[in-house]
Amino acid sequence: MDDIAQRCIEIIAKSKGIAPDSITLDSTFDALNIDSLDKINISFEVEEAFSIEIPDEALGTIKTVGDMVNGVAQLREKHPPAAVTTP
Amino acid sequence: MNRVVVTGLGCVTPIGSTVEDFRTALFSGATGIAPFPDFPEAPGETQGLRFTQSARVKDFDPRQHLESGIVVSTDRTTQFAIVAARQAAQQSNLLQHHASDNVAIIVGCACGGRQAEETETAKLYTRDARVHPLTVTRTMASAGASHISIDLGITGPVLNISTACSSGTHAIGLAFHMVRSGMVSAAITGGHEAPLTFGFLRAWDSMRVVSPTQCRPFSADRDGMTLGEGSAMLTLETLESAQARNAPIYAEIVGFGMSADAHHITQPAPEGAAAAMRKALKDANSSPDQVGYISAHGTGTQANDATEAAAIHQLFGPRAAQIPVSSTKALHGHSIGATGALEALATILALHHGQLPANAGVTEIDPTLNLDVILNAPREASPQLALSNSLAFGGLNAVLAIRPFANHG
Repeated sequence: MDDIAQRCIEIIAKSKGIAPDSITLDSTFDALNIDSLDKINISFEVEEAFSIEIPDEALGTIKTVGDMVNGVAQLREKHPPAAVTTP
Repeated sequence: MNRVVVTGLGCVTPIGSTVEDFRTALFSGATGIAPFPDFPEAPGETQGLRFTQSARVKDFDPRQHLESGIVVSTDRTTQFAIVAARQAAQQSNLLQHHASDNVAIIVGCACGGRQAEETETAKLYTRDARVHPLTVTRTMASAGASHISIDLGITGPVLNISTACSSGTHAIGLAFHMVRSGMVSAAITGGHEAPLTFGFLRAWDSMRVVSPTQCRPFSADRDGMTLGEGSAMLTLETLESAQARNAPIYAEIVGFGMSADAHHITQPAPEGAAAAMRKALKDANSSPDQVGYISAHGTGTQANDATEAAAIHQLFGPRAAQIPVSSTKALHGHSIGATGALEALATILALHHGQLPANAGVTEIDPTLNLDVILNAPREASPQLALSNSLAFGGLNAVLAIRPFANHG
């Protein structure tokens, strides 16, 4: 599992208070008992973690953990994080 | 009209997060006031405050009590409220005996989710950051009332009362009237507050009413209040239902009085406080000579304590100097919207155990007040009637009249 998937799962697990290993890419938000408020909260945490902004219209299409991971990957391709410069 | 008794108690306070711990500290005089820790919303920013102490709830980990989805969507004040309400409901076994739509939740909270509000606002003003999407649900003052309702499945009337430092007492008084009138058969009622944020303390600091040392009500050298936080909740129900199901009965609420000073936004007026006490006694069909204990608002400011003493003298006349009085704020601090509920809990425990709590912190009693302030140790006594006073900024006064439970006609 790649880093994006790992971090998304960790965020969902922390938010819902469930074990990370109970979450897979195929897990649906419904099955994880993620309601609309949870989804907003998880999306915020994901945005913070990856320095991205999830468009409103995309949020509605996310039904599974895999959807979220793919969406994050696409947004990161469009807007890669700035390279860290060291002195 | 129904007689209304207290059948459940709950609390999360600076002197204990169980009623047993609260009671032990109350009667041993162990204070919860201590130097405050770092502020998460303003790390390292304690300079500039004239005071260094507050009464904070120690070692409260919401994850020990609440599922993570609730933790993330609530402020500390709501978390206190849920935990205290659960204790009160579970102790009284309330919901096994009352229909959920026949139970009210009436709680006091004046400040709302201060910590969430300040943390998010600090981010917004100091860097290019976004506000957390649950800030609205964390900060709304009625969140505590709503979450108690959701947590316990109570579908009757649910209200939050915001009347500054009288909020908790107003809430208990209104709940008492609702049960007495038969509008509901039971209520969860009390107050909750978690206002110990940097901005809130700075605001109080600017008013110069917070003690740079430590709160000591009725002391000649008193120099202000000490701010606190916490929650106390009571289960109220009709005597009939309590007896029918053999519920434990801790005390009987018999009267509630409210008044407004119509005077000044911060300066209290003795006439208003005296009127609220008089109305509470009238509501209780009782006379001033029956009062054997007053749990004072007693903030430790020069103005409050002198005004409250004057009000007691106005109402009780020559007997004023003989009525035992104490303020418990030197133990649990002044927790604004919650404090009246903490003091109602203290009064109920005092009546139930026949011990009136001492007024901690006094170095030398202020002789000009001419009150019988209970000093040094709790006083063994069994008063037939007690008053619990709350006198808020803005002149909003609320007083409860409470009796030890006795099964008289």
